[in-house]
Amino acid sequence: MGQQDAPLIATDIHKRFGEHEVLKGISLEAHKGDVISVIGSSGSGKSTFLRCINMLEIPTSGDIQVHGETVKFRQTKKGERLPADIRQVEKMRAQLSMVFQSFNLWSHMTVMENIIEAPIHVLGVDRKEAMDRAEEHLNRVGLWDRRDYYPAHMSGGQQQRAAIARALAMNPEVMLFDEPTSALDPELVGEVLKVMRGLAEEGRTMVVVTHEMAFAKDVSNKVMFLHQGKIEEYGNPKEVFNNPKSERFKQFISPSY
Amino acid sequence: MDALIALLENNDIFTPRTLLQYWGGLVTTVQLVFLALLIGGVLAVPLALMRTSSKVWINGPVWLFTYVFRGTPLLIQLYMIYYGVTLIEGIQESIWWVIFEGAFYPALIAFVLNTAAYTTEIFRGAIVATPAGEIEAAKAYGMGWWKRTRRIVLPSAFRRAIPAYSNEVIFMLHASAIASVVTIIDLLGAARNIYAQFYAPFPAFIFVGCIYLVLTFGILGIFKKIEKHMLAHLQPR
Repeated sequence: MGQQDAPLIATDIHKRFGEHEVLKGISLEAHKGDVISVIGSSGSGKSTFLRCINMLEIPTSGDIQVHGETVKFRQTKKGERLPADIRQVEKMRAQLSMVFQSFNLWSHMTVMENIIEAPIHVLGVDRKEAMDRAEEHLNRVGLWDRRDYYPAHMSGGQQQRAAIARALAMNPEVMLFDEPTSALDPELVGEVLKVMRGLAEEGRTMVVVTHEMAFAKDVSNKVMFLHQGKIEEYGNPKEVFNNPKSERFKQFISPSY
Repeated sequence: MDALIALLENNDIFTPRTLLQYWGGLVTTVQLVFLALLIGGVLAVPLALMRTSSKVWINGPVWLFTYVFRGTPLLIQLYMIYYGVTLIEGIQESIWWVIFEGAFYPALIAFVLNTAAYTTEIFRGAIVATPAGEIEAAKAYGMGWWKRTRRIVLPSAFRRAIPAYSNEVIFMLHASAIASVVTIIDLLGAARNIYAQFYAPFPAFIFVGCIYLVLTFGILGIFKKIEKHMLAHLQPR
């Protein structure tokens, strides 16, 4: 398996906030078409790990490689680790679209404007083409008739689907999902998961931090269980869920009521 | 029309001659306020961005500027500039004297600096209030600082600033009346002249007060339109 086949490789990621070490060496290799679910209890570091992948948090140590290119770091005099070339980070982020827990749509823009913003102003796609493509993505997430709505005028589920359309519009190598359904009413979770399942079936490479065990089990082809900043369990969901090796993971998936 | 002509012929104070004085005053007031707001507003954008910087050497000087200009009366600022420039050595022989000889430009400078200070703080508040998640999304989609600022932060902050800024515009209009103390014939200056000619304070000042009132409501009307258009994303649907 060549590196060409792995659009995202994170190696031995550590992240420390002051004295507290949140991530204690986590590695992940996403191959084309992989859908990797990252699960774990609150505070296990799963969101921090995802945010380290696209450098919204700067890992204290460890490497990130996107499409064969490794992110370069430099050390400040105080010993702080910073990206050596912010342009490189921007270029890399543009290949990893992120979907956030709280949607984070740009509130002063309509759905359509949200979707075409980054393609036009980051990727340099021309407006006409960006809009044509946006229509496709809007249809894909079932929001074509809401294209001129502002985010505040839509339900959470619609906002999250709009955010997925915004992510798709970047034509990303890998899509990162940070607990995409955690801020939604139970009724609205289904519509978002349905869209995500569709993307997985279409062969998109996805890393999904989630609490939806059914999604992790049925849709993803790899599951990573984090506990206290370490990988406690990793592998094919069927094996992992049916035959857990770790005690902690057994506890995690067994109903407590 | 006939009634108006009859009215003008039957009183001493509101004659075509005095109305022309008021008109001249109106033009001066509108010019002063419009230019001050335009220049002050343009200055306020970079100042507000500097003011939000975490680096003290960028944010400190701007803080001092807004602190001083918001902390002292506009009339004192006007005096300092109007009388102060004459103290600069050699200025009366330089080409700058053409500008500073009259009262208009010193007054304009005082107004520009004053409104820039207030507007900087209004914009700063609006910039700081940008939802952190929206900035994070902009980062995550590969935008650098300048692109984020230009495409996300400022457009959203300007919209949020509109209601507070409309107050600043009205405040500036009313504050511009103090230009009349440094010999400028603005609206209030015209009223003072007419009062002095006829020794009739009430007609002179009530009339000019009404003009300010009409201007104020005009400004409010314009801002209501702008808000409806620009703040559609915040209104209930």
